[in-house]
Amino acid sequence: MRIDVNQPRPAPAAAASAMSRRVVRVTESAPVRWALTAAALGFTFLFLLLPLASVVVQAFAAGLDTYLSALADPDTLSAIRLTVIVALIAVALNVVFGVAAAWCIARFTFRGRNLLVTLIDVPFSVSPVIAGMVQVLLFGLRGWLGPLLQQHDLRVVFALPGIVLATVFVTLPFVARELIPLMEEQGAEEEEAAISLGASGWQTFLRVTLPNLRWGLLYGVLLCNARAMGEFGAVSVVSGHIRGATNTMPLQVEILFNDYQIEAAFAVASLLALLALVTLGAKLLLEWRHASELAATRRR
Amino acid sequence: MTQAGWISGWRKPSVLPGFGPALGTTLAYLSLFVIIPLGAMVLTTFAHGWADFVGAVLQPRVLAAFRVTLLCAFGAAALCALFGLLLAWVLVRYPFPGHRLVDAAVDLPFALPTAVAGIALTSLYAPNGWIGALLAPLGIQVAFTPLGILVALTFVGLPFVVRTVQPVLQDLEREQEEASAILGATRLQTFTRVIMPALAPALLTGFAMALARGLGEYGSVIFIAGNKPMVSEIVPLLIVIELEQFNYAGAAAIGTLMLAVAFVLLFAINRLQRWTRLQHAD
Repeated sequence: MRIDVNQPRPAPAAAASAMSRRVVRVTESAPVRWALTAAALGFTFLFLLLPLASVVVQAFAAGLDTYLSALADPDTLSAIRLTVIVALIAVALNVVFGVAAAWCIARFTFRGRNLLVTLIDVPFSVSPVIAGMVQVLLFGLRGWLGPLLQQHDLRVVFALPGIVLATVFVTLPFVARELIPLMEEQGAEEEEAAISLGASGWQTFLRVTLPNLRWGLLYGVLLCNARAMGEFGAVSVVSGHIRGATNTMPLQVEILFNDYQIEAAFAVASLLALLALVTLGAKLLLEWRHASELAATRRR
Repeated sequence: MTQAGWISGWRKPSVLPGFGPALGTTLAYLSLFVIIPLGAMVLTTFAHGWADFVGAVLQPRVLAAFRVTLLCAFGAAALCALFGLLLAWVLVRYPFPGHRLVDAAVDLPFALPTAVAGIALTSLYAPNGWIGALLAPLGIQVAFTPLGILVALTFVGLPFVVRTVQPVLQDLEREQEEASAILGATRLQTFTRVIMPALAPALLTGFAMALARGLGEYGSVIFIAGNKPMVSEIVPLLIVIELEQFNYAGAAAIGTLMLAVAFVLLFAINRLQRWTRLQHAD
């Protein structure tokens, strides 16, 4: 876009001819625009899309049969099963937490509210390895509760509970962080009206709050699930890497890769990449169809 | 229900029910899953006093790991700021075909599990990989060197910068740029003196977020780093190694130091976000 400052006001002839040559730029010249666009496109292709393409290419490098037999391996199937179980539990727990946190933070004003919001963010700024380590320090053989657990023959670390605990830690903020700003934006008028008209707390929640939150909730669940299924660092520390028992899909990828079973590693990785693409696609669809009912897109 | 009543109490009155159970659930959940576990780590660290903590952290291998991690995370955050600004700029200002695809691709590092990113980047940048084979004749080796850590951390940190700068750039008023141009500034002057100051808080926020993510990142790094002690070993990996050797106190000490750094960054990011909001709250 170019604005010719000479256009709106007629000036004396001499000045006009001098000024008409001065064009005011509020964008870059065409070569600069092309160069920057080309750089951005090149970077996107080389840095973001090429890794994704290499996953697909290497997964199918040895043909479809190898790909399918890699996925049909019993250890891989068991890893897929464990990943789904862990994600189901972690997402369900974090939905309950996210709704409870959003209800008290977005609907009430109380002391320590800001501190609570900051605390919910903590897992995002802590290394996933720490999320796994704290479970070992608490429940490991030489951890605080280790001897007690051993007396009762209970296993947390190197078993399902530890993997769930570590996954919940790293995925805890996803649902809450979507619901809190969304509920704050929506305001409490509808719920206050429902209560004033005689609805009970649960009726208000189920018939007013939840319908207003459904797309935001789905959005949070999508992101939470993607992270839960793809989490590596936290789970790696607590899992113990027992093949066919405590390996999740990302850990199975690691084991196969380190065993030089490159095609098999990329075959499992391709499933996780597909999960990422489906998540991104669903996220875009939600942002497009329900923009006004999501915290992420509401303000645009 | 007066103002004075709210000040003497700790909660503003509301007609809505359920505050107690909701807050109780939230606090219990946070305590169980985050606060108590992190507390246990700090307790393990200081169970035998400061001397053990200092001793555990001041070992040459630990210091080397912190040096590599900090350098790579800072370098990667700087690269993220540079390329993130470029991507955000092009996405907001220049319409081009494939615009939506590029916008969606920016979220890829958020969505792609870190282990997948790790093995994909490793195979790309390995000496016989698609990119590594092109760099090898130039004498540049990326995979299995600290340069590989830089690449992996730039990959995972990039969306933070784009997604913090993009909305600010979208809301930027073009009138200021027009005024600057009409007053005789060249486009470059307008960019450095009008646009950049307005973007600075968001850009710094994105930088700090990418830095925080980079310091703790594990999955995408360990495949490409080569993990040579003192050279390309990152702090999170050192924690894993200490845990495998049942050195809980040593691992906890390193973790506590990382946690302290993470909290400093979290605080900085909060302040930066407040600054961004203030600058754009007209």
